[in-house]
Amino acid sequence: MSASARPGWMEKPRPLTQAAKALALAAVVLLVCVPFLVIVSTSLASTREVVDNGGWVLWPSEPTLDAYRDIFDGGIVTHALGVSAGVTIVGTLLSLACTVTLAYALSRPGVFGGKPVLLLVLFTFLFPPGMIPSFLLVKELGLLDSYASLVLPVLVNVFNLVVLRGFFQSVPEELYEAARLDGAGDWRVLVSVVLPLSKAALAVVGLFYAVAYWNSWFYASLYLESDHWPLQQVLRTYVVSGAGLTDATTGEATVTAPQSVQMAVLVIATVPILLVYPFLQKYFTKGVLTGAIKS
Amino acid sequence: MDPSRGDPEGVKRERKGFQSRTLFLLMLPGVAYFLLFHYGALVGNVIAFKEYVPFDGLWGSPWVGLGNFQRMFEDAAFWDSVLNTLWLSVLQLVFYFPVPLGLALLLHSLTWSTVRRFVQSVAYLPHFISWVIVVALFQQVLGDTGLLNSGLSGVGLHTVDIIGNPDAFEPLVVAQVIWKDAGWGTIIFLAALAQVDEQQYEAAAIDGAGPWRRFWHVTLPAIRPVIVLLLIMRLGDILSVGFEQMLLQRDAVGPETAEVIDTFVYYQGIVGGDYGFAAAAGLFKGVVGALLVYAANKVAHRLGEQGVYK
Repeated sequence: MSASARPGWMEKPRPLTQAAKALALAAVVLLVCVPFLVIVSTSLASTREVVDNGGWVLWPSEPTLDAYRDIFDGGIVTHALGVSAGVTIVGTLLSLACTVTLAYALSRPGVFGGKPVLLLVLFTFLFPPGMIPSFLLVKELGLLDSYASLVLPVLVNVFNLVVLRGFFQSVPEELYEAARLDGAGDWRVLVSVVLPLSKAALAVVGLFYAVAYWNSWFYASLYLESDHWPLQQVLRTYVVSGAGLTDATTGEATVTAPQSVQMAVLVIATVPILLVYPFLQKYFTKGVLTGAIKS
Repeated sequence: MDPSRGDPEGVKRERKGFQSRTLFLLMLPGVAYFLLFHYGALVGNVIAFKEYVPFDGLWGSPWVGLGNFQRMFEDAAFWDSVLNTLWLSVLQLVFYFPVPLGLALLLHSLTWSTVRRFVQSVAYLPHFISWVIVVALFQQVLGDTGLLNSGLSGVGLHTVDIIGNPDAFEPLVVAQVIWKDAGWGTIIFLAALAQVDEQQYEAAAIDGAGPWRRFWHVTLPAIRPVIVLLLIMRLGDILSVGFEQMLLQRDAVGPETAEVIDTFVYYQGIVGGDYGFAAAAGLFKGVVGALLVYAANKVAHRLGEQGVYK
């Protein structure tokens, strides 16, 4: 360890303490990483190797992409992947648009109806509407078995709204004044002053929405027929509950999918999160979140 | 679109009205969402006082007064779900709550920032993994033929029956919550720890305070408000324990062990079609939950903390 990082007044750490800390940190890293390693390895192993090994593989001896080939052959998982990607992209854009506009209006002083709207929004935090009324509402609106039912009922998240509003409020008032003197209306101020200054907050909120849409499965199980399911709900049915995969071409239910295929589905459902995670991580350091959590 | 562009006099003239009109219009989509999907659904709670007849719909179904609530209070399965909820909440309070705090203190004590940032990144990650995947991962690692049992039988030891075993369900659930959220939970503690003035530590050290006394007199006072706030918030939220987590695993261990209020509502209403009855249970939970959050917030104010809202 570099000694320079330790302030002068601090005692020299005892070797035993250091060892215990190192052990604890290694345990944290291993506990998180090993399960991922196991699923990736198992998904890359041949069916025979998985069976010989008793259901899982820590390191495949002859890696093969067979499991992934099976999945991308145009079956249920391929379709579910498309549904998940579509819902995530469209949902995130719609959510961002509605959250940004509402947060911006609520961040400016003196907008007509601003105060009651803020109360209206914050009250939903204290008293969520409940599962049954929400379900019946979606049903009455005729949204059952439509992809809109995965997006519209969760369009604006109060936490994300509060984060963005806080960020917009921190834009210096002088910038608003300057833009107004240049003749910009509120819409122009939003697009050419506020949004460019809020890239970090927009990125975090956008990624939060995207992760939530990608990970969502419960609403799909409530509202959608099985041939419209997104990936997480497919994963839930065929991996967590162990139901047999239906053959896409014949429509017949086969026996439970091979372990390597199940693990490949798991990997595919996880990879997008792992891909966006570094970007999300980058913005944590900018204090966007800690500031928001504190407020 | 912008009538006052490049016309300073016009800006002044139009400013007030024009601005608030634009802002008002910008507000509308979001407001419409909250009115329809939150307040509309909230109104839909009237179904708790009706007997839902699919043909008649929400508004046409006949009123039954407090009949659904009466049935609910006499239903042993409902009370079982309430007890399970409270018990699992208490277990999480006792066994989960201290973990992020301990982890945050450990991370904060690291002087090597590269290592600290790396461990932080790894520890935050599971928070973004869906419950479906978390449950699947636990099945792979702790299941009959999983990593742990293969290892145990490989060295000639007895295998352990964890997944699908009602007796192991409570530790399993707590372990899953720790795995998923303990890392993420450190953020708020780390933020509080980062605000402690370095000079306070230095002054304490110069005055002869060792690591333990520095912890007791400098670190702890700095994070105590956060600890109190989180504890109170958790108490206010005691009627909710990971709905998705429970729903995914309820069938494997049976309702006696894993039925919580939210899953009770789901199985009675969505699965059983008894919407009025299920909505009554949901409304009961909502009202008691809101009162608890309100009370918790009052307590937080009383203790001089900021609370969740003002």
